[in-house]
Amino acid sequence: MKKIDRSNPVRTGFHQAKWDEPVIFELTQPGERGVLVNKAEKAICEATEGTAAIPAFLKREQAPALPEISQPRVLRHYARLAQETLGTDVNVEIGQGTCTVKYSPKVNEQLANLPQMREMHPLQDESTAQGIMEILYKTNQYFCEISGMDAFTMQPGGGSQAILGMASLVYSYFKSRGEEKQRNEIITTIYSHPSDAAAPHLKGFKIIYLHPDKDGYPDFEAFKAAVNEHTAAFFVANPEDTGVYNKNVLKFTSYMHEHGGLCGYDQANANGLLGVTRAREAGFDTCFFNLHKTFSAPHGCGGPACGAVGCADFLEPFLPAPIVRFDGEKYYYDYENAKNPYGMHKIREFNGAAQVVLKAYAWIRALGAEGLYQAAKTAVLNNNYLFKKLMELPFVDAPYIPGKQRIEQCRYTLEKLLEETGVGTADIQRRMMDFGMHYWTSHHPYYVPEPMTLEPTETPSKADLDEYIATLKYVFNEAYTDPKYLKAAPHSSVCHQLDESNMDDPEQWAVTWRAYRKKYQ
Amino acid sequence: MRKIGLLVNPIAGMGGSVGLKGTDGLAEEAAQRGAVQRAPSRAEAALKALQPLRGNLTILCAAGEMGENEALAQGFQTQTVYRPNLPTAAADTIAAAKAIEAAGAELLLFAGGDGTARDLVAAGVQIPCIGIPAGVKIHSPVYALRPEAAGELACRVLQGERSRTKQIEVVDIDEDAWRADLVRTRLYGYLTVPDDRSLLQHGKAASPASESAQQNAIASEMAKRMKPGCFYFVGPGTTTKALLDGLGLEGTLLGVDLIADGKLLQKDLCEADILQRIREKESFLVLTPTGGQGFLLGRGNQQISGAVIKAIGKDHLFILATREKLFHLQGRPLLVDTGDPEADAGLSGYMRAIIGLGEEQMIRISAD
Repeated sequence: MKKIDRSNPVRTGFHQAKWDEPVIFELTQPGERGVLVNKAEKAICEATEGTAAIPAFLKREQAPALPEISQPRVLRHYARLAQETLGTDVNVEIGQGTCTVKYSPKVNEQLANLPQMREMHPLQDESTAQGIMEILYKTNQYFCEISGMDAFTMQPGGGSQAILGMASLVYSYFKSRGEEKQRNEIITTIYSHPSDAAAPHLKGFKIIYLHPDKDGYPDFEAFKAAVNEHTAAFFVANPEDTGVYNKNVLKFTSYMHEHGGLCGYDQANANGLLGVTRAREAGFDTCFFNLHKTFSAPHGCGGPACGAVGCADFLEPFLPAPIVRFDGEKYYYDYENAKNPYGMHKIREFNGAAQVVLKAYAWIRALGAEGLYQAAKTAVLNNNYLFKKLMELPFVDAPYIPGKQRIEQCRYTLEKLLEETGVGTADIQRRMMDFGMHYWTSHHPYYVPEPMTLEPTETPSKADLDEYIATLKYVFNEAYTDPKYLKAAPHSSVCHQLDESNMDDPEQWAVTWRAYRKKYQ
Repeated sequence: MRKIGLLVNPIAGMGGSVGLKGTDGLAEEAAQRGAVQRAPSRAEAALKALQPLRGNLTILCAAGEMGENEALAQGFQTQTVYRPNLPTAAADTIAAAKAIEAAGAELLLFAGGDGTARDLVAAGVQIPCIGIPAGVKIHSPVYALRPEAAGELACRVLQGERSRTKQIEVVDIDEDAWRADLVRTRLYGYLTVPDDRSLLQHGKAASPASESAQQNAIASEMAKRMKPGCFYFVGPGTTTKALLDGLGLEGTLLGVDLIADGKLLQKDLCEADILQRIREKESFLVLTPTGGQGFLLGRGNQQISGAVIKAIGKDHLFILATREKLFHLQGRPLLVDTGDPEADAGLSGYMRAIIGLGEEQMIRISAD
């Protein structure tokens, strides 16, 4: 038996499974079935004859084109795909800056999977749902305490929908004052999340972007020039993607209020702020939390998520219905807002993803108020440890205010590395996959040249951080010693390099099987 | 057998090594100062990346040091289509480019600097071009980041991996002014290049939508805002051209065109034309930054003079710009240099640029 050498934390032996798995629609075999369903008994057939009452125009003319495939083939298909992903449970999840991927306690999954939760129906009688209603109510209260807001809705199904919720609040507010046609512009910044522009745009607002000033803060002079009688609101993240906290944010929100506009705070990721700052005290009228970013619920891959939207009391009448309230004895649904002629009424069904709220509730309860503050402090400490270690490398830099501490993430630039080696951030990104690591560049367009955005959260231990740093250094070193091999990466991952030349052309996109068939078959 | 062109400007870059800020018209002096040729070795570096395709490739080139030597040195089969006069001059670059295109090249690799790109514009080259950076001044995004990247990109195009092309500005600094430490660029025209953001210069601002998709969105937004019964003077540039294209109008790429009510009224107006027609109706200017260095006025659109600006008014000015274009400012203001300090000062401050459908960006305008 040989002694195992663990002195090098870089996983040079990593190799991911590659299955060349077809799209499930391509696996279809006519007549193949997963389940053969017996013909229903006579009584059931009779009982369901009522479907004849469904108007003809609502009925399908032909069966949906679902894949015809047996159970083991379905299982194999998805098991293979699962092996081709790099999920948060298998890699040291530091490299997805701005995504804020933290550990989701598995015990909370079990809570969400309890029959009492799993088998509930949103329309069942309130008296039988008091447990989850209490959790919805209390989580709402916690969010109010954390943000300083007066009310929350759990209805939005994710961050972008939450921003749409904030934009809807703004729209409702001005509609109630007869100003919705005049106040049709929302100002945001290029370093806020792209959805801070996209979602209000969907609501019909015109979007005005601000560039940062030389220190990386939103340019206040540009902001003042942008504000006019058409301005409805200012939507911004703080810190923005750069990780630099704008301590002058109150100046922005005050100016906006002086000119009749509202302020929305993108707190999707409030990871460095829990127990430190509160949105309301920074002058914001509405804000939102992504429960999968800040409160440990898992990222849903587009599945169930929750972007909880909060607001000050004067906006509460415009929140969607229902709102869970407590009368001193029992919890009940308040549908009053559904009658508000100016309200948004609904942004998603019922109370949103109750299981996700349950997981966030469990996490908050497990940590307590002090624990939340400790999580924020640890996230900031982790990030600044990483920041210090990486900034020691001569070819790594971070734009704006040299030496200033970042909050929970940082956008670095590898411009010098590119100049010296010809290796850019996209090359590093692909090569990190060869070690089972995520690495993220930036939202587009790349305002920071050759960007690298890392965000550790409070999850990783020092050993995790050191492993990630060692892997990055290994790859950086390769840029100088074997750039050709590096640029040909990934070598041990699922996909080799793709032809990206038309990936920015909407005419050639096919994001559904139907679109693919229409365009390419 | 596939055919591509190779054109080497043998004197490109010589001035730089001996402190001459460009070699245009100064090749002899550069040589006397001991400058060595750098374009040939850089051309060869690019050709190295094409080695995998060598057996199936004929290089169309000019004789001797204008491409033939480099291609032969790298073991490529060549076909000489032009014989230059010695010493070579800009006229040779122009004639060789024409001959290469006429001989059926599907792509032109050329080693040089901004002056060389300018010569290709003068030659009216229509096929996609990829510049091998070898000159003292490299401002045009026609150039690859490095010589090897030029070859790599050519390889990808030939293998069908870069089928899309786009038109890019060819700008050059006025070398006489530069030598006097004045930086003035001019827009000379447009060349077609493979649309690749990772290998060409100025390619850092990758955005989710292609530049042409952004231009179309900007054009749609602008078209929505155009009022009936008014004049719109549309300045030069590919972004403003997208507006004309979107309206189905045959305008010019380099000139100022007048449109009203969806119709093209006049093409390629000079300053006097503009000033005269402004008097007829309420008028708006539609501009995009041109000529590199983030100039909104004074580079490539000199017909829009200070007098024109004063007559139209700042509040009747629309600025169209893609995110990529604004990205390259890196926080710097858009510059105006109409030659009329009063007009320039009047434009200074913050303005809005249309960057997409219902999307604007605050930009700073400065005369400094």
